[in-house]
Amino acid sequence: MTIQFNEETFRDDYTFKNSDWAIQRFPFPFHEDSYMYSVNMEQHRGGPEGSIYEKRFDVDEHYVAEMRDRAMVLADDPLRCQSLPHMTLAGWDLLELIMVSKSEDYPDLFELHRDGDQWRWVNKPLGIDDTFTFLDETTLPYGPMEYITRQAQGDFCVLDQRDDNLWMDAGTVTTQADWSLDFDIGMNFFEWHAPVPLAHEKGIFVRALKFLLNIQQGAPARRLNWTMTVNPLLDTSPENYHKWGVQKTTLTPENIGQKQHLRVELQTFFRLPRSNALVFPIRCYLCNFDDLMTMPKWGRRLHRVIRDLPEELATYKGFIDNRPMMLDYLSKFDDGLPTSPGIWPERETEPALNT
Amino acid sequence: MSKFEFPESIRSRPVWGTLEPRAGLHHLMIADAEGAEAILDVATPELMAGAHIIFISKGTGFGDKLRELNPAQYYEGPSYEASASRIRRVLQDAKMSTQVYLAGTEGLMGQAMRECTNAGIPYTAVQTEHRGSTARRMQCVHCKGITEDVAIDPFVCSHCGLNLFVRDHYSRRLAAYQGVCVDAEDPGNVPKSVGIYE
Amino acid sequence: MSGAEKIDVTVTEIVPVNELVTRFKFERTDGGLLPTFSGGAHTVVEMKDGDITRLNPYSLMSDPMDQNAYTISVRRDDEGRGGSLFMHQKVSVGDQMVISYPVNLFSLDLRAKKHLFLAGGIGITPFLSQIKQCERLGGAWELHYACRNEALGSYVDELTSKYPYEANVYYDDQKQAIALEGLLNGQPIGTHVYVCGPKGMIDWVRATAEKLGWPRETVHYEEFLAPQPGKPFEVKLAVSNKVVQVGEDESLLEAMEREGVDAPYLCRGGACGQCETRVIDYSGNFIHRDHWLEDDEHASGEKIMPCVSRFEGKTLVLDR
Repeated sequence: MTIQFNEETFRDDYTFKNSDWAIQRFPFPFHEDSYMYSVNMEQHRGGPEGSIYEKRFDVDEHYVAEMRDRAMVLADDPLRCQSLPHMTLAGWDLLELIMVSKSEDYPDLFELHRDGDQWRWVNKPLGIDDTFTFLDETTLPYGPMEYITRQAQGDFCVLDQRDDNLWMDAGTVTTQADWSLDFDIGMNFFEWHAPVPLAHEKGIFVRALKFLLNIQQGAPARRLNWTMTVNPLLDTSPENYHKWGVQKTTLTPENIGQKQHLRVELQTFFRLPRSNALVFPIRCYLCNFDDLMTMPKWGRRLHRVIRDLPEELATYKGFIDNRPMMLDYLSKFDDGLPTSPGIWPERETEPALNT
Repeated sequence: MSKFEFPESIRSRPVWGTLEPRAGLHHLMIADAEGAEAILDVATPELMAGAHIIFISKGTGFGDKLRELNPAQYYEGPSYEASASRIRRVLQDAKMSTQVYLAGTEGLMGQAMRECTNAGIPYTAVQTEHRGSTARRMQCVHCKGITEDVAIDPFVCSHCGLNLFVRDHYSRRLAAYQGVCVDAEDPGNVPKSVGIYE
Repeated sequence: MSGAEKIDVTVTEIVPVNELVTRFKFERTDGGLLPTFSGGAHTVVEMKDGDITRLNPYSLMSDPMDQNAYTISVRRDDEGRGGSLFMHQKVSVGDQMVISYPVNLFSLDLRAKKHLFLAGGIGITPFLSQIKQCERLGGAWELHYACRNEALGSYVDELTSKYPYEANVYYDDQKQAIALEGLLNGQPIGTHVYVCGPKGMIDWVRATAEKLGWPRETVHYEEFLAPQPGKPFEVKLAVSNKVVQVGEDESLLEAMEREGVDAPYLCRGGACGQCETRVIDYSGNFIHRDHWLEDDEHASGEKIMPCVSRFEGKTLVLDR
């Protein structure tokens, strides 16, 4: 598996670009022409070849650049990666999970050699070759969770399972959609979701929690979530909101196709063995409107979803002010033809857009 | 009577209760200002025989009435900060037969609660009752500084000077509510401040 | 797919511990490593006894870090439904069996300043793996272990010789009993208590802890509810389009499985919620024996936990 890794930025000059391969495998999250919350969980057991679902931890062309951006965020603000003291064991569980998964799924890129508790980990794309003793933090340059999440795309929330609830007791959060690990660490499932409108009344979180509490070793699950971001900015944190918030006002009808990005989270859930904790990786994929419109089904569907989205959701997802401009752009691609159910682009069967 | 009726809010906003006597050999009671009235309301001779009261008066003068309850131990501190090390020491050697009661402002209860949870007591086991001021401890999500006694929305962060709006999202670990920049998307456009509960 | 992932294993050792308890060791049939687990976890063992397939959970007593083998101890119950008898009488070294990945419904609270373990009889088994975990990874602990008599005190010698300060043993026939109130009152703040044993002991510990003001979250218990037998009854499965007769000695879940219905389950003991089933229609009374549903859900007639609960009456129609 040879991947050409991009040299690109997710800030300042924003040189981020998706190749055709990246666009085709982008996880468009809408399976129908409207959107409402649901507990849309399914088993995380592979997927179509080449898709983002195929491997346990997907690696793509953005890997090296994303890890570079993470390192910058952490240098600037170490509080984005925290682990309460009792979570170190879970950190080791996560390190093992990622190292085993990646070395098996991408043998050309990652190697793991184990001799009892003496481990050697080789990460070719990042130029890392480290030998350490498993369960001994003094032999690693960082705590185990920080060490491995500096080498894996997406955010990671490590949840302690106690008292029929899940507690956000550790995490590395540098690509989040606007929530603060430093503030939320220590909260339980309902508390950290408190600001989400509508979902609590619908009982979404009660059902989701029951499902998550029963996830077992060897049987991970996944679902998709989404929001909107202006510019391919990964670090849309509350901490820096006073710096990036104003970018939302720089959209114009001329630049919206390039600047407005659909931001999709592939959320996966793995039970961790020694700690009985649950890890919740949140993998972020970005695609701008121009690129999305190259898939006819997505072109038709996105307009309808955004047009009919309840106001509370558009507000909570932060794009209520830009919605009119978004609809002006998107409506040009909606020719009113029917769309097939499901998220896949279906280039062979869906008629091209008349633009 | 200084009880405020808090409006219903999101799941991460603390909901305070009403103190009641509980089974235990020791009763640690920590209060500030009007919180003393909650202790006066719940006190019984049995409770007081095993009680350690720590009170921060803030000029309300309830000290004498609390002393008259004849608790096993009584301490009056000039501020929460001055009392914190004493609270930690008492919790350090406490047994599971200890019950904890907190009363007064959200700021006092939040900080004392944190000492309890650090010592290993589940937060749901610590009794609370709000009395008196409804001003909040606010953490600025941008600079992480805490601004005390905030009663208006928006307010100015006492550390970095940003204009922040007041959220109901609350962190037990920080014992503070979250403040977020109010004019990020339109710099300079700061709404006029109103009382938080107006 | 129901239950946790399955592992093909071979029985590599069978050791009678005393007159009632026998220890079994499992290794992966393909020679590979077993998954690590957290102390307090159990595995569900599949037992093919002629026409009947039984699935029984047993606590893992081996070291959670030992990936070469899993060890369980089974107490023979002559009055039971036959699972323990099958293990004692029909399993031999070299037999191939199927067990589940470890599942933990009785895990340590890793924030606890101290773990207080209270064991009764065969309830000692989950603590054996938890003690090994605490010793290896750090964690202050103390054990109080009540046995009927010395002859039936499983693993007493290993525990008291290895851990003379932490392990305390009490023999019923010598009128020794855990001085529970004093023990609980004297624990330092931040202690969590864990109890595993007969129902009476669990109820006693929970009630005493509550009486003394222990917070609910600090009291942990594991009770493997074997499904109680009951009068046979009939159930209609609306989705599978079957009418099933639930026998006296089988649970509703087992009856559905017998009829080829792949009903979801996990712990099979009324605790985890995974088998929760919607009731479409009924005329009769539910016999709820689970720990999962709330009181109002029990009263509503809208849900049932088929792994342990039963029904009596004219009609029961389930969404299965």
